[in-house]
Amino acid sequence: MQATKSLKARKNNLSDPKEQIKLLSDGPFADGELPTFSQKLSEIGQSVLRPTGLDILQINVGYICNQTCKHCHVDAGPDRKEIMTRDTMGHIIKVLESNKIKTLDLTGGAPEMNPDFRWFVEQASPLVDEIIVRSNLTIITANKKYFDLPEFFAQNKVRVVSSLPFYNADKTDRQRGEGVFQKSIDGLHMLNKVGYGVPGTGLFLDLVYNPTGAFLPAAQESLQAEFKKALKEEFDIDFNHLFCITNLPISRFLEYLVASENYEEYMDKLVEAFNPAAVDGVMCKNTVSVSWTGDLFDCDFNQMLALPLAGKAPKNIKDFDLNKVNDRNIVINQHCYGCTAGAGSSCQGSLV
Amino acid sequence: MASYYESKDLKLFGKIKDYDKELGTKFFDWYGEVFKEGALTAREKAIIALAVSHAVQCPYCIDAYTEDSLKHGFNKEQMMEAVHVAGAIRGGASLVHGVQMMNKVNKLEM
Repeated sequence: MQATKSLKARKNNLSDPKEQIKLLSDGPFADGELPTFSQKLSEIGQSVLRPTGLDILQINVGYICNQTCKHCHVDAGPDRKEIMTRDTMGHIIKVLESNKIKTLDLTGGAPEMNPDFRWFVEQASPLVDEIIVRSNLTIITANKKYFDLPEFFAQNKVRVVSSLPFYNADKTDRQRGEGVFQKSIDGLHMLNKVGYGVPGTGLFLDLVYNPTGAFLPAAQESLQAEFKKALKEEFDIDFNHLFCITNLPISRFLEYLVASENYEEYMDKLVEAFNPAAVDGVMCKNTVSVSWTGDLFDCDFNQMLALPLAGKAPKNIKDFDLNKVNDRNIVINQHCYGCTAGAGSSCQGSLV
Repeated sequence: MASYYESKDLKLFGKIKDYDKELGTKFFDWYGEVFKEGALTAREKAIIALAVSHAVQCPYCIDAYTEDSLKHGFNKEQMMEAVHVAGAIRGGASLVHGVQMMNKVNKLEM
């Protein structure tokens, strides 16, 4: 199955976050065959998850993307029109001016497709220690207006984090679309050319590996060694780190799990692989996710499930209050098992 | 019994300890040690295990090590080549006994 449109455009019932929550709450979790995430936390003596502080503000600047990857938890694609306005970006800049936040993490969709993307990066750059852009690589070669993105990233010392599910065309194209692998290789060459991923330049290029199916990733270190060897030998590509990210049962990956009759087995795998040591490092403890409308969430996954910050924490960036943000219980559900399975998973890769 | 092999039984493997905890525990501890990174990587061990699973024709092992091989980044071609290695060894193991047959023929016939 090659998805050519978003769930939303196809009017699939899973485009409704409530339907996703219902699916994640029913079945093995409703009949007691599997413990809910909350029950699992109680088993290790943690009744709630609480923030440790706010180090990372992750901004989803819009759901528009030039790709329609099968596993996308955002349900992004060319048919999505949700885009963050400069006005909302301005509110984020104000928050960065008045609070010490180390990292601004920009995601989408393809964040570069937001018309105010470059303005936002330039405004935010002096205010934080690091800006991360989660680039899908193919956007760099998609249109001549994006050809100079590598230079723009370098000028603003942006850390580029790019999805590349595998170091060959077969697996990559099956997940991300026909021809994506070759375009990604072209994008990586352009990034390497300006110094990204090259030792000594201070320009970091990290790759993200997601399993291309209903299984969990192997050890990050081992896969990184494989990726480095294959990409160097076959394509003369350099990069810094490989982050292994577990696919969470949300949106189009959830659709795939159900359609391929892998859902229950996959949830079983996530629960079986629950690692208490990974709980301490889950990203929702030091990250807040901001949607294209400025609404606030514990993570990008909760954003997609329309689960806002709980309690008295502000709901929108316009009302941002760091103390209130840090004084909240993190909203959890069964998808959270994806971040605590095995070596753990976050936007920065494995946790333990 | 509906079938001698039920895929869900793989999850119950640990229950063999219910009848003999000491030996079962020793087996699983040893099993875990075997698959750790060592002189061979965990990745190399995954593809060896996939081939051996086919050689011993264990459906549970085939399920488990197909997934483990995918997790470690092996592709379809590599996995099928591993299965052919298992098949070649099994086939060869039968055929090499042809020499025994030939020796016996030579001894018995005038």
